[in-house]
Amino acid sequence: MRRLAILVLSLLIAAVVLFLLLRLLPGDPANALLGVGATEQQIAAARAQLGSDQPLYAQFLGFVGNLARFDLGTSFVSRAAVLDEIGNRMSVTLPLTLLGFIVALIIAVPLGIVAAVRSTRWYGAAISVVSQLGIAIPVFWLGILLVTLFAINLRLLPSGGFPLKGWANFGEASTAMVLPVITISLVMAASLLRYVRAATLDVLGSDYIRTARALGVSFPEALIRHGMRNGAVPVVSILGIELASTFLGAVVIERVFSLPGLGSMLLLAIQQRDYPNVQGVLFVSTLMVLLIGFAADLLQRLIDPRLRDRTRTS
Amino acid sequence: MSHISRRNLLVAALLASVAVSPAVFAQDFDADATIRIGSLYEPQNLDNTAGAGQGINEAFNGNVYEALFQLTDAGAVEPKLSADYTVSDDGLVYTFTLKQGVTFHSGEPLTAADVKYSIERVTAETSKSSRKKSLSTITSIETPDDATVVITLSTRSISLPYNLSYVWIVNDAATDITATEDGTGPYSLEEWRRGSALALSRFDGYWGDAPTNGEVIYTYFTDATALNNALLTNAVDVVTSVQSPDSLAQFTGNPAYTVTEGASTTKELLAYNDRVAPFDNVKVRKALARATDKAKLLNFIWGEYGTLIGSFVPPTDPWYVDLTAVDAYDVESAKALLAEAGFPDGFEFTLDTPDYDPHPIVAQFLQAEYAKIGVKVNINIITANEWYTKIYQEKNFQATLQEHVNHRDIVFYGNPDFYWGYNNPEVVKLVADAEAAGSVDEQTAKLTEANKLIAEDAAGNWLYLYPQIVVSAATVTGYPVNGLNSQFFAYDIEKAK
Repeated sequence: MRRLAILVLSLLIAAVVLFLLLRLLPGDPANALLGVGATEQQIAAARAQLGSDQPLYAQFLGFVGNLARFDLGTSFVSRAAVLDEIGNRMSVTLPLTLLGFIVALIIAVPLGIVAAVRSTRWYGAAISVVSQLGIAIPVFWLGILLVTLFAINLRLLPSGGFPLKGWANFGEASTAMVLPVITISLVMAASLLRYVRAATLDVLGSDYIRTARALGVSFPEALIRHGMRNGAVPVVSILGIELASTFLGAVVIERVFSLPGLGSMLLLAIQQRDYPNVQGVLFVSTLMVLLIGFAADLLQRLIDPRLRDRTRTS
Repeated sequence: MSHISRRNLLVAALLASVAVSPAVFAQDFDADATIRIGSLYEPQNLDNTAGAGQGINEAFNGNVYEALFQLTDAGAVEPKLSADYTVSDDGLVYTFTLKQGVTFHSGEPLTAADVKYSIERVTAETSKSSRKKSLSTITSIETPDDATVVITLSTRSISLPYNLSYVWIVNDAATDITATEDGTGPYSLEEWRRGSALALSRFDGYWGDAPTNGEVIYTYFTDATALNNALLTNAVDVVTSVQSPDSLAQFTGNPAYTVTEGASTTKELLAYNDRVAPFDNVKVRKALARATDKAKLLNFIWGEYGTLIGSFVPPTDPWYVDLTAVDAYDVESAKALLAEAGFPDGFEFTLDTPDYDPHPIVAQFLQAEYAKIGVKVNINIITANEWYTKIYQEKNFQATLQEHVNHRDIVFYGNPDFYWGYNNPEVVKLVADAEAAGSVDEQTAKLTEANKLIAEDAAGNWLYLYPQIVVSAATVTGYPVNGLNSQFFAYDIEKAK
């Protein structure tokens, strides 16, 4: 309950900050809509229509009032409902982020454990070195490399874009996702692997594993029965942060692969001073990040009973 | 004798076969092909009076919507939905007769009421059309019958047919066209996915010649490299406008692609605030013009592409004359002119530079050039939005860089209140007289004269004309190469089987 209250409060603060930050930017959104040749009357009409001629508090009250009704307004530029457009864009960004995350987990967890358990062997060390390299590579550069190799040279996959009919054209939409998902998951896996490895190393050196071994439990069994759960607690909190930053960082991947996701919507909206769209995307992104944090927190409590007890006693 | 004639026959047959083969080849296209066009300019909505951006002209002009007249890719104004028109002796009343048998995509016939509605959409209070002002001379539109439209003007306007080429004829039953359409063009809107693509399909009830393809898909990219990759991987057939010469290397010399350079109307301009010192002095402006090695600059930015222009007028405007010899590059005479103007040791000014390509590079180039004549340039980088407020609205600047995209925009020099503040009464009169001219020839003569005058006055420093480069797969032909007014007519595009 307390966590939920914190969530709602965080959202409120985010709304105020978002609103104020956007208004601090120089330039009038009405200008972005009109080109060279616009008359004073046209500019005034555009301001009135956009509401950018209203005092700041009136604009803010309108904004919060609409938020409470889940109405994110309509775009200054496209005149489409912001929420509909976000929903449309989410159908690209959500699968992209989630699939990237799942693939990263599939790569990072086993390899991270192997790298820790076999840290003295050559392949344990090799995994560590490669993951370090992975952290050093910028995500856009990896994307460009993969496009050059798989799309331009080998012609195996499309270089970018998303089908006109979206997921209704499932085959094309899935192939369009392959390279972006691989790019995201490789970069994410590299850093996740480091955390999994560190957590596993901690567990391996712990007293309870030693005790379990002394009591005659085999090493793999001790690791699975006692080690996994203990090691998972710090990793889950990192997972939350990683997922959130990947969701926000999808903007780069969407640009490299020309995907019509939330990130490209945000970039365009910023260029056009399309306040409702910028506000809408940032607000929904903030909501997503807070929800991911909330979920990671719940998951940690599920794994570690001590965390639950601590809350109860506090 | 018979031997010779037989040989002649053989030669004639060979020649004929050579002459015929392109025609045979040309017919070998797929009449139902899907043409995939890659572009960087996604429309923001589907209404050209609602701030949709240049992308909507690219996708819809001539393809989905038609006007009474059409601006062709070569720059001519030709009748489209207007079958015929007459002008009263005083030049104030235009009577248009509409083409018969034209229907909208919704199936309703085109009537005079639709034309009246469409013009009023552009001139309406809420309209954001950049053409609104040029139609402000219209005082009334009458529709005596379904096929006749009578437009009355307050002052003569020789450009009326040209200005009407920007007015889409929309069915008057269609109230909101920001996400749908109802036009008379050869294609109707099939589907639009924001941020991704827009598909048009052949309209079977079209009144004119059917398109040479079945479907057109405009795919939108935010990144030029991603767009080029799409062409390289065969995901698009044509790229409407290549913005970087560096990326052309992968297409030129490759027989699988065709690279075409057309004539654009986009001018890179160093605009002075002619109201303020020292730019109110014509000698200073001329000196700066002579101190600019434009050929070097153009080569620096565009390599072998692009055109040098001596004034604001591109070759596709009827009043173009080659004025590159006026104030040609000559550093010594630039120094002499500066001294004559009272600045023997040069001066210092601030150049407000938009933060996007190519302006910052151009600014640095000019900074280096003008240092040679003792003029110090302080580069002040601003956003497009600040440019609009500070320069266009408040006119608070010394000099600035800007790309001017419009066709036939020399008329801006006839407006002393325009942001650059150029005020030559002779030019103002010539521009006004040109609009009130009784014939296109007279209009052309007057604007040609105005063109020469602004060049002599070095009203601005016209650095170069951008190239318009279209790259396509070699299997695709028949697309427009100039892209005037950002139009990209798709109906003549053919794709080999």
